[in-house]
Amino acid sequence: MLKEQFKLKVGLAEMLKGGVIMDVTNADQAKIAEDAGAVAVMALERIPADIRADGGVARMSNPKMIKDIQKAVTIPVMAKCRIGHFAEAQVLQTLGIDFIDESEVLTPADEDNHIWKHDFKIPFVCGCRNLGEALRRISEGAAMIRTKGEAGSGNIVEAVRHMRRVQSEIKHVATLDKHERVAFAKNIGASLELVQYVGEHGKLPVPNFAAGGVATPADASLMMQLGAETVFVGSGIFKSSDPEARAKAIVTATTHYDDPDVVCKASESLGEAMPGIEISSIPENEMLQNRGW
Amino acid sequence: MARIGVLALQGDFEKHSLMIEQLGHQAVAVKKKEHLSGCDRLIMPGGESTAILKLIDRLGMRDTLEKFIAGHPVMGTCAGLIMLARQADRLPVPPFAAIDILVQRNAYGRQIDSFIDRIDVDFDGCNKQMEAVFIRAPKIVALGPEVRVMARHKQDVVLARQKHIMVASFHPELTEDGALHDFFINKL
Repeated sequence: MLKEQFKLKVGLAEMLKGGVIMDVTNADQAKIAEDAGAVAVMALERIPADIRADGGVARMSNPKMIKDIQKAVTIPVMAKCRIGHFAEAQVLQTLGIDFIDESEVLTPADEDNHIWKHDFKIPFVCGCRNLGEALRRISEGAAMIRTKGEAGSGNIVEAVRHMRRVQSEIKHVATLDKHERVAFAKNIGASLELVQYVGEHGKLPVPNFAAGGVATPADASLMMQLGAETVFVGSGIFKSSDPEARAKAIVTATTHYDDPDVVCKASESLGEAMPGIEISSIPENEMLQNRGW
Repeated sequence: MARIGVLALQGDFEKHSLMIEQLGHQAVAVKKKEHLSGCDRLIMPGGESTAILKLIDRLGMRDTLEKFIAGHPVMGTCAGLIMLARQADRLPVPPFAAIDILVQRNAYGRQIDSFIDRIDVDFDGCNKQMEAVFIRAPKIVALGPEVRVMARHKQDVVLARQKHIMVASFHPELTEDGALHDFFINKL
């Protein structure tokens, strides 16, 4: 039963591949995202750039607002809960959310423990910076992994760092023999069984998506070429000057990520991208990616 | 060895390609209309039907796909079934109307209502059990006189064909069983 349930969870993640998942804060934005060709929307009260600017505690969104978004679109609706806040996750499951993001963008509720995601019928996605973190989340039941990047920064550099790190560690495991993988598993703090799987298959056992700082069609293309299977766009769309056009352009560029002509055409006449932040100007204690382990 | 195109704009097209290759055939990822030339058959995969249909129109692929579908065997799974149907609810653009079925999208509910079950499939008189994975699945709510039922789950038709078009509301590509792909490539 548990195995079947996990298959259904990963199955939905498979359906989202090659697409773009967009952050939206109301039904109108959700419609714009769906019309642009988004494969899913992430319902949240404030986009990461505003959470960053406003400060204070960021929590799960109001159920009423999530319901409005569910009514407005036919594509899957995702929502975020705080790291470790399994009661928020229970509420999201009751709402019939299609995918839960246990997200560092919200203020963590538990600094020691993440949610035991196997307890839920709804699939979870979790962020990671490296292979160890990815495999710990998968052990807890995550059916999809994404890079953390640095949400709300409009700066792709951290997502690139995290994707490259995960991919290079995956390649490294594949070069190790079974004996060496035991020590490797210990060093990265991951389950030996999952490390053996990664070594044998050369990939994670669940889909691997990109998130945190995607702002342009070329950013999406870059992440796909680095091995992402789908792209999350948070603040990048609705913080830009023409969200509708930018949403469409990022969708087209994600499908044809390996064709620079298409990415080029998609990038023309888009208006201003979101301003973006230099990562070194963010104080260490305000880096969202450092939340969770 | 057959050359099977798999519409690769979005969705789980890689899973279909893997199954085709495991059966000893060549899979061609169809992202542009020119990729269809030389293909013997086409699979329209699972994914988000709204997103895929939008991309088909935006990338100017509709006419080429329509012509191909008229003259070649095509299989659609889940979102692919919706795209091949005569009519489906809440779609932003019309589907291809290649098979005379009326479809209700997400008819079982949301992800929490997704499920796996066994079904009996009628392969031209030869019956076989298959594992069927239903993910936010659509339902065929009405079908025309020329549509042949190949499998049901409870009362619902979940696998059907009309001449060279075959549609499934579930995901054979997410299982280890290549029987439906084999039938599609060799018998349809």
